[in-house]
Amino acid sequence: MTLAATTHGFLSPTGVEIAFLLVGLVTLGAALVTVTTKQLVHAALWLVVALGGLAVEYLLLTAEFIAWVQVLIYVGSVVVLLLFGLMLTRAPIGRSPDADSGNRPAALAVAVAAAAALVWVVVDAFRATWIDLGGPAQGSTEVTGAFLFRHWVLPFEALSVLLLAALVGAIVLSRKRGADDGAGQGAPQAKERR
Amino acid sequence: MTTTTLAVLVPLLPFLGAAAGLLLGRRAPGFVRPLAILPTLLAAALAVVVAVRQGGGETIDAATQLTPTGSVPIDLALRLDGFAALVAVLVGIVASCVQLYSTGYLRNDPRYPSYAALVSLFTSAMLLVVYSGDLMVLLVGWEIMGICSYFLVGHYWETEAARSASIKAFLVTKLGDVPFLFGLFALAADAGTFRINGILTAAVSGDGLDHPTLIALLLLAGVAGKSAQFPLHTWLPDAMAGPTPVSALIHAATMVAAGVYFIARLLPVFTASAAALIVMAAMAAATMVGSALAAFAQDDIKRVLAYSTVGQLGYMTGALAVGDRGAAVFHLISHGAFKALLFLGAGVVIAAAGTNSLAAMARMSGLARRVPDAFWTMTVALLALAAIPPFAGFFSKEAVLGAAETAALGHGPTGHAAHIPGAAGWIVLVSGLLTALLTAGYAARLWLLAFRGQGTPAPDLGRQPAVMNAVLWVLFVPTAAFGVCVGLLPDWFDGRSLAPTLATSVLGTGLALVGALVTYAVWRHTTALARKIPVGVAAAHPHTEPALTEIEAIETHEAVYGDIGAADDPADPGRLILGPLHRPAAHGFHLDAVYAALFVRPVRAAAELVRFLDREVVDTYVRAAGGAPRLLGAAVRRAQTGNVQTYLGALLAGSVVLAIAAVLLAAGA
Amino acid sequence: MHLAYPAVLAVLLFCTGLYGVLARRNAILVLMSVELMLNAVNLNLVAFDVWLRDTLHAGQALTLFTIAIAAAEIGIGLAIVLLVHRNRGSSDIDRLRDLAEPPGGPGTRPGSGTGLGAGPGQDAEEAPQQTTSARQSEAAA
Repeated sequence: MTLAATTHGFLSPTGVEIAFLLVGLVTLGAALVTVTTKQLVHAALWLVVALGGLAVEYLLLTAEFIAWVQVLIYVGSVVVLLLFGLMLTRAPIGRSPDADSGNRPAALAVAVAAAAALVWVVVDAFRATWIDLGGPAQGSTEVTGAFLFRHWVLPFEALSVLLLAALVGAIVLSRKRGADDGAGQGAPQAKERR
Repeated sequence: MTTTTLAVLVPLLPFLGAAAGLLLGRRAPGFVRPLAILPTLLAAALAVVVAVRQGGGETIDAATQLTPTGSVPIDLALRLDGFAALVAVLVGIVASCVQLYSTGYLRNDPRYPSYAALVSLFTSAMLLVVYSGDLMVLLVGWEIMGICSYFLVGHYWETEAARSASIKAFLVTKLGDVPFLFGLFALAADAGTFRINGILTAAVSGDGLDHPTLIALLLLAGVAGKSAQFPLHTWLPDAMAGPTPVSALIHAATMVAAGVYFIARLLPVFTASAAALIVMAAMAAATMVGSALAAFAQDDIKRVLAYSTVGQLGYMTGALAVGDRGAAVFHLISHGAFKALLFLGAGVVIAAAGTNSLAAMARMSGLARRVPDAFWTMTVALLALAAIPPFAGFFSKEAVLGAAETAALGHGPTGHAAHIPGAAGWIVLVSGLLTALLTAGYAARLWLLAFRGQGTPAPDLGRQPAVMNAVLWVLFVPTAAFGVCVGLLPDWFDGRSLAPTLATSVLGTGLALVGALVTYAVWRHTTALARKIPVGVAAAHPHTEPALTEIEAIETHEAVYGDIGAADDPADPGRLILGPLHRPAAHGFHLDAVYAALFVRPVRAAAELVRFLDREVVDTYVRAAGGAPRLLGAAVRRAQTGNVQTYLGALLAGSVVLAIAAVLLAAGA
Repeated sequence: MHLAYPAVLAVLLFCTGLYGVLARRNAILVLMSVELMLNAVNLNLVAFDVWLRDTLHAGQALTLFTIAIAAAEIGIGLAIVLLVHRNRGSSDIDRLRDLAEPPGGPGTRPGSGTGLGAGPGQDAEEAPQQTTSARQSEAAA
């Protein structure tokens, strides 16, 4: 580390660093738009940009497998799920003036304060720390498979059980009524409520 | 059984009877009457046996200590001398008579079981006071009597008069009991013991007591409350709102005599202080004359007798003030007999006439024929009250007057009586003679108005129960014949002769005759007037319970005549005799009004002040103590919006602050 | 590469997500913000894993797990939001105020103004998670 500290400097960024910085700016911008836009569907689409940007960052950090998982799961399924959710809750298409709630200034204050504190702490802590990206790739599929199924098998299997539980739970929650009652009664009921 | 065991049984039996009566009263109504009468009768018989065994001889003193009680020991002690033995016999006999009488008088009363039990309890307490040889034990009986009196005066608690009278009786006697208690403690501190014989030894020993005057005056206050002496006598006339048998037992024969008996027991303590004797004599004189005047003006037959009781108790106190306790207890016993008889007879008369108002009875002819037993016995008892020879009252009153004369003229016998100040003797003698005149007058007025009324015939309200009349004749015996004991009694008492002396006999009897004759003459004059002016009403409920008639008479008296005790009857001989004094005398010389102005109103004002302070000042703090947290809570509640985002924002802001603080601390360290 | 770059990016992403969670009204937008926060953590995990050259690759393994859990979370979360929307007609978080004590103090029922106009008052009081068959049969009855 000390060797790295002497050979590197803030004013001499490498290509990877420049790429990371640019992608990071795009990611951050997309994230900011996601949380501020007035159009709900646009927010979901900007989230795709942000998550995709993060996938690129993973690639730059040599974690290939995670990057593709990120693309697959987040961009491919989570955002699709969110879009479905927006559709099912009849989110308005176009600008909705009441996308933000009343405590926006307080939220802004908390977020800025937290950001300032954390940035200060993180910069203060890792001012002179460099990541050595050379050598064999640390996150290739092979390596990932090796450590995942060598060291992390048990948590992995437990995770599968968790996923199953979440699946069952989601089905139970989103089912409109009990198995005995026909689905026919639910629909007018839901309409009535609106 | 030894005499001591018998003496212990005497107070114990009525107590057990009272306890059993209270426990079984509801469940076994059949046992109530035997439980009321038998223990009292047995106690009376045992008291007679004790008196016979004691026989006026050596004082029997027995004591047992249950538990150590600190520096001044309290013993369960008995002290049997001639006084105690004879007074216990009186209490036993009168209590038995009253219990028998009550079975007829309150024959249908739903509260009879508790009434009988309380009378038994009262009897037990009185016997305890009589026999007790320890002042603390005596005090226990003294206070039990007070509370029993409260309950029994308030027996007709449906009536306003009975309620207020019971509270008044209780409070006024308690007012005397507070200094009494202090006096007992001071006495025990000086003498080093609560035992009566120890105190007497200390009182007559060389040094005597340290503060004789203070102790005597403190004790005198309690005695004045209990024995209805001026200025604490006002409760006794009002206590006539209770049932007649209770008036006879408690407010004529026994409880009011307890104060006199107490002084008689501790007479050496009182004679140690000349000032206390003078005060006692003045108190007795004021009581005697004032109550006799008041008795002259009362309309309620029982209130006449009540004021008469106050006056006769004044005689006893006067006898004690001149240092002759033999005469005092002699008068106590004879008065107990004839006054109980008078009250019980008055109960019969009230039941027969349907009213307690003398003004109404004066307009009723033939009342004497309706109740011949009450008429004859009451006639003799009134003669005894007026001290006409040869009845009991004559001898006992002459004994008092003789003692006063002896003290006044200063040629008294040797012994502690030699310290008696002559002034006390003169005060008692003069007021006693004046009272003798007045007593005969109001006795004659009572007799004439009650039994010599003219006008419409008395209503026929049915015959009174035989047991009530029988009791009158039982009490008639001592009333008529107790005087023959005058030669025997000195053996029981201090040995001083109680025989009437010539001078006082002639003077007293002469004055009594004058009083009676003057009243008769005036009555002859006014009775013509009575026919023209109708006054009063009488209840007419034939064959009803006597007590019900009495309740109604008490309830209606104020409504009909405008006062609880007096009546505005122009045909009343007392009105003519007393002249301008009649009005104040009818209202007890407005003493109640004076007390109301002096004590009741300031106390009420103070209570108002305290209420104001409590409501407006103290409660303000309390309300503020409650209101401040409530306001604070309302302020905090505003933060509770139900919006999860607000909560989460506050949570995260807090954690940011904490994190920064932690970092700064770490950096600073 | 300088470690500060991914760390600062993670911080900023996290705080952006934080802002979104606190400021957004629509529940689905809130869920999106939560995803942003999770991803910020993932970025941190990967960056530090690469920096430390951990033989177990705990960071990357945890990242994978987090992604899986995030997928599960978004599924459950969306199901809940859908249910709330179905029962209340709205998925606005700041209108779900049944946790608040009613203005009259405890014991009084909240007005129906916070929820939708239709539906019995007691429905509005129950937590959305409770809305299973029992509740719906009651509503249908």
